[in-house]
Amino acid sequence: MYPSRFAYEAPKSLADAIGLLDASGGEAKILAGGQSLVPMLKLRFAAPEQIIDINNIPGLEYHRIDPDGTLRIGALCRHEDLEFSTIIQDTFPTLAGAAALVADPIVRTRGTFVGSVCHADPQGDWAATMIALNGRIVAQGPKGRREIEMKDFVLGPFTNALAFNEIAVEAIIPPATGTARGGYLKLERRVGDFATASVAVALDMDGDKVLRAGCALAGVGGKTIDANAAISVLNGQTLTEASIAAAADAVAEAADPRTDHRGSSDYKRHIVKTFVIRILTGIARSEQKAA
Amino acid sequence: MTSLYDEVQPAPAGDVPTRRITIDVNGTPRTADVEPRLLLAHMLRSGLKLTGTHTGCDTSNCGACTVLFDGRPIKSCTMLAVQADGHHVETVEGMGSASELHPIQEGFKQEHGLQCGYCTPGMMLAAKALLERNDNPTEDDVRWALSGNLCRCTGYQNIVKAVLWAAEKMRAQNPQEA
Repeated sequence: MYPSRFAYEAPKSLADAIGLLDASGGEAKILAGGQSLVPMLKLRFAAPEQIIDINNIPGLEYHRIDPDGTLRIGALCRHEDLEFSTIIQDTFPTLAGAAALVADPIVRTRGTFVGSVCHADPQGDWAATMIALNGRIVAQGPKGRREIEMKDFVLGPFTNALAFNEIAVEAIIPPATGTARGGYLKLERRVGDFATASVAVALDMDGDKVLRAGCALAGVGGKTIDANAAISVLNGQTLTEASIAAAADAVAEAADPRTDHRGSSDYKRHIVKTFVIRILTGIARSEQKAA
Repeated sequence: MTSLYDEVQPAPAGDVPTRRITIDVNGTPRTADVEPRLLLAHMLRSGLKLTGTHTGCDTSNCGACTVLFDGRPIKSCTMLAVQADGHHVETVEGMGSASELHPIQEGFKQEHGLQCGYCTPGMMLAAKALLERNDNPTEDDVRWALSGNLCRCTGYQNIVKAVLWAAEKMRAQNPQEA
């Protein structure tokens, strides 16, 4: 399979890339990892007139934690950089949990975190973690930078809030208040397949008390499901069998799964509930051990 | 310089833009004028006649087209050839020869790690990337590293054995690193 013809540019600076985007009038696409875009070009779901490859722009590969605990992920940080990261295991366990479950190990050497979020696939793992963690995307355009809250960033399936002349240059994930706890679970028939259901949970804890609970779901709706309101029943609570069950029920209610060859709607909802219980019970047990 | 279009197809008619790129393939610089939409897998196979790189699903699922890109495994059906300009690419042809097999190739032979052979080059390159980072992998490590490569003969058991065999042989060859 060949993509349609396109013009190709590989600028060496962000300013040049934005200039090209701006000049394209909306007919260009940014190529970062290409692990979603290239298959879409080949299947001709996408046929842009111009591809702007940002892989030759230096200084975008980073992920780092600021002194105040904020995590910043550059536009060329690959999935495997996060999978093998030594700085996010304890501070961003939700991300660490998801990192090893994105696509497959070979796709993870190329695909990028920010690109995956921009792709806005309802199945996307990173978009779910970004919603659960109240992340933001930094968009840079001809007039400078702006930050977009994750909840406002994905407008619908495969549609994000970037203007045609903006590049998502960084993802920002705020630090937890207190201790960060969390996890990510995904059911897939085989590695790299579309998920039957995925659950991202992020908790800010003070001792055994939940200060803030965040949650989002992938694969169980027409878009990434924001289940932050549903799981907020945990706010101010300790993790007990009863509070965990109530939260799992509320989150499962927020799912909007469709019956298909991967399972019935009821089955997928059951998976969501089970995953929420597993993640929260795991956190409760580790708290007990620490106490 | 190699012109892909002399070998594969007539040069694009009219004003179809091409780019001149140079890729280090298995240690040899290869220069070609290519259309931007040419995929790396197609350049390797059709342009450079390195047909050891297979295309299976063509949708980034199966891993048959896996090559090493600056030492890391990638699916060459999901990268444009122009993106590889100035980079190093290693294909199965760079691993060894019929008279001098790479230990991973020898492992596949010893442990019967291939049946139809279609997935084999991708499996071996994914395995090479693993062993370069971890010379003493567990079975789980091997299964993890090969989880992006499909074998439709479902011969996974022997593929895993083959990689473990190769790891042991390579450790024996480099005892100072053990």
